[in-house]
Amino acid sequence: MQPSVNVVSLVSVGRHPQSDRSRRADQDARAVELGLKLAGKNLTLVHAGDPENPVLRQYAGMGLDAFTVLRQKSYSDVLPIIGNFLTENNAHVVLMGIRAESGESSGMLPYLLAEKLGWPLLSRVADILHVENGKADVLLALPRGQRRAVTVSLPFIATVDNAAKDARQSAYGPGIRASITVLDAEQTADNMAASWAISPAKPRAKRMKVVKAKNAADRFKAATAKPVGGGGNVLKQGTPAEKAQAIFDLLLEEKVIR
Amino acid sequence: MSNLIRRDPRAERIARNRLHPLHASMMLAEQGEVRGPSGLIRKNPHLVGFIGPNGLKRIDRANAFAGTVNRQKRVSTAQEVVLPLHQVVNPDGYIVVVPDMVGGRLTSQDKDILGLAHSLIAQKGTGKSANMAVVAVCFGESKESQFDLAGVDRLIHLSSDVFDGFTPEARLSALMQVEAQYQPEHWLFPDSVNGGTDLASRLAARLGERPATQAWQVSTTQTVCRGASASTDITRETPRILMLLEECGTAIDETRHEVLSLSVESYDQVPARLLDKGLMSVDPNAVPLAEAEFILSAGNGIHNWDQFHECASVLGATEGASRVAVDDGFMPRTRQVGASGTWVTARVYLAVGISGAIQHMQGIGQCGKVVAINTDAGCDMVKRADLAVIADSEAVLAELTKLVQEHHASKVQEEKHNAA
Ligand SMILES: Cc1cc2nc3c(=O)[nH]c(=O)nc-3n(C[C@H](O)[C@H](O)[C@H](O)COP(=O)(O)OP(=O)(O)OC[C@H]3O[C@@H](n4cnc5c(N)ncnc54)[C@H](O)[C@@H]3O)c2cc1C
Repeated sequence: MQPSVNVVSLVSVGRHPQSDRSRRADQDARAVELGLKLAGKNLTLVHAGDPENPVLRQYAGMGLDAFTVLRQKSYSDVLPIIGNFLTENNAHVVLMGIRAESGESSGMLPYLLAEKLGWPLLSRVADILHVENGKADVLLALPRGQRRAVTVSLPFIATVDNAAKDARQSAYGPGIRASITVLDAEQTADNMAASWAISPAKPRAKRMKVVKAKNAADRFKAATAKPVGGGGNVLKQGTPAEKAQAIFDLLLEEKVIR
Repeated sequence: MSNLIRRDPRAERIARNRLHPLHASMMLAEQGEVRGPSGLIRKNPHLVGFIGPNGLKRIDRANAFAGTVNRQKRVSTAQEVVLPLHQVVNPDGYIVVVPDMVGGRLTSQDKDILGLAHSLIAQKGTGKSANMAVVAVCFGESKESQFDLAGVDRLIHLSSDVFDGFTPEARLSALMQVEAQYQPEHWLFPDSVNGGTDLASRLAARLGERPATQAWQVSTTQTVCRGASASTDITRETPRILMLLEECGTAIDETRHEVLSLSVESYDQVPARLLDKGLMSVDPNAVPLAEAEFILSAGNGIHNWDQFHECASVLGATEGASRVAVDDGFMPRTRQVGASGTWVTARVYLAVGISGAIQHMQGIGQCGKVVAINTDAGCDMVKRADLAVIADSEAVLAELTKLVQEHHASKVQEEKHNAA
C-alpha cells in the first residue's frame, strides 16, 4: 500500500461475553486486522482511555511496535480528543468497530466523529479492496451474506463488520515490548450518562402467541388447525412453459433474480 | 349468503307429523350432512330415529326416515371482518417511524414499532397533546398493501430514484426536511442491520440528539436499553430518537388506519460522497442456509439432479433439500431444511417435488413467499404455497432455466447497448 495513506485504527477495551473479563474487542481487532492489511507496520493504533490497561498490549501484539493512548478517565466523552487527534495527524482512513462491548455501546461514536469532521462514513465494512488516487473501493456487508461495492473519497471513517477477516492471533512478547505514546488531553465529562441507572440485563420474555377469539370453537381451531397460507394461486392447466413463466414473473417481482 | 341458520316452521311441523302426506318425501330429501361451526360433520342424535306409534323411539336402520330439521347447511366461510377505522383529524403532533421495508414490505419489527408508536400516543391519554398521528416514512419502491392494518395514519412515500440502492446521504437529507417540516415528537427506527441503525445514527448525529439505542422497553417518560453488548440494562429518560429492538411493542391488530399521504417539500440534493457500485454477486452456496434470501429446494420429486444444480446456479439460488433427498445421498446433510435440519428464513422458497411433511414445514415457517412445483395438487406444500404449479418438475425446471438464461442474455445485450 502507498505510504502516503494514513490509516488509523481506533480500539477499545472489550468484554468477554461469558466470563466478563476484559479482552480485545472482536470488531476492533478486525479493524486492526484490516488496518494491517492496508498499511502494514505504518498503521496508527489509537485508544482513548487508561494507558495502563494490559488489554491494549493484545492489539499491539498483532504486529505493531508502537501505539498511542489519549489519556482519559472512564466515563468521559472521548469525541473531542479523538476528533482533534485525527485532524492533527492527517488521517485518511479511520477504522473502528460498530459497537463497543462495554459502556453504553450505542455505536454513535463513528457517526459523531464523521459529523464533527465532515467526513463520509461507511458502516459495516467487510473489506477495503484498495485505496488509490484519493479514493477507496470498499465492500459493505449486507444482511443475508450479500455484499455491496461502494467507492468513497478520502478521508473517511469506516466501521468494521463481523463479516470482515478474522483478527490474527496476538503475540504476547511483542505486545509487551511495544512502546506507548501517552498524550494527555482535556477531560470532558459525560453529564447525561451520569443520571442513568445501569443494572444487569434482565432476560426478555419470549412473546407468546395469543389467540384473540371470542368463542371456544375459534380458540380450538386456532390451537389445532394446521396453518394454511392465505389461499395461494394454484396453476393446473397450461404448458410447462406457461407455468415456468408464472414462477419467473414472481421471482422477478420479488427481485431475487436480477 | 348469510351464515344465519333459518328455521323453517313448516318443515319442522311436517317432520314431526308422520301422518302428513308430505312427510316421507320431505324426510328423504333432507339427508344432507350438517356441519358444525368448525366445519366438522355433526350428527344430531335427536334426529336419529322417530317416535313409533306406541310412543317409543325407533331407529330405522334402513334410513328411510332419517332427516334433519335444519334445512340449510351451515357454510363456514371465514367472514371478512372490517376493523374499525382509527382517524386522526388535524393532528397536533407526529411520531415518525422509518421502517426498514425489507423487500418493499413491512417487517415484523416495523409493525411492532408502529404498534409501539400508537401505545406511546395512548399513554398520553386523551387531551390536546394526545391528538397525534403516526407517520411512516418509506423510501423507494413499496409493495406493502397493508399499511392501514399496520397502524400508519400518515404516509410519506419518497419513491424518487435518488433513494434507490445504497443512498444514506440522500435519505438523511430527506429526513432532515421531514424534521424541519413536521417537527416530530419522536423518531422511531428499527435497530437492525437492514439500514435502520445506520440511518438513525446519521440523523441523531446531524440533529445533535443523543439517541437511545437497542431500546426494548419504552414509555413516554422512561426507556430501557441494552448496553455493553447486551449485558446491562440502561434505564434513562425517553429521548427524541429511539432505535428499537425486535418485539419492543405489540403490533396493531384491532384498528384500521387512514394512510393519508403527506408531502415533503423539496429536499436538498446533496452531492453523494458515497458512490454505490451495486451489489456484488456472491456465491449463493457460500451463504449460510439459514440466512439465504432465495432457496431452491429439492425433494423426492427430483429425478434429474444435474438439471437441478444447473437451475440453481442459473437462478442464483442457494440449494436446499428435504430429508429424503439427503438420506438418499443426493444432497449433503448441511443442505437439509426442516425440523432436524436448518430452519430457514428465505424471502422466496422454491420447493420442487417436496410433499410438505410437517417436519419440513416447521423449517420453512419463517419464509416469505413459498412457490411449489409438484405433481400432486393435494399435498400440503401446495396448500401452503403462494404460487403452486402442478406439473412434472423436470419439464418446469427446464423451461425456467431457459427463461432465466434468456433474461440474463437480454440484460447483457442492454448493458452493451447502453455502453455503446
Ligand atoms: C423425526 C423426523 C424428523 C424429520 N426431519 C425432517 C427434516 O428436518 N426435513 C425434512 O425435509 N424431512 C424431515 N423428516 C421427513 C419427513 O417426514 C418427510 O419424510 C420428508 O420431508 C419427505 O420428503 P419429500 O417431500 O422430499 O418426499 P415425498 O414425501 O416422497 O414427496 C415427494 C413429492 O414430490 C412429488 N413428485 C414426485 N415426482 C414428481 C415429479 N416428477 N415432478 C414434481 N413433483 C413430483 C410428489 O407428488 C410428492 O409430493 C423427518 C421425519 C422424522 C420422522
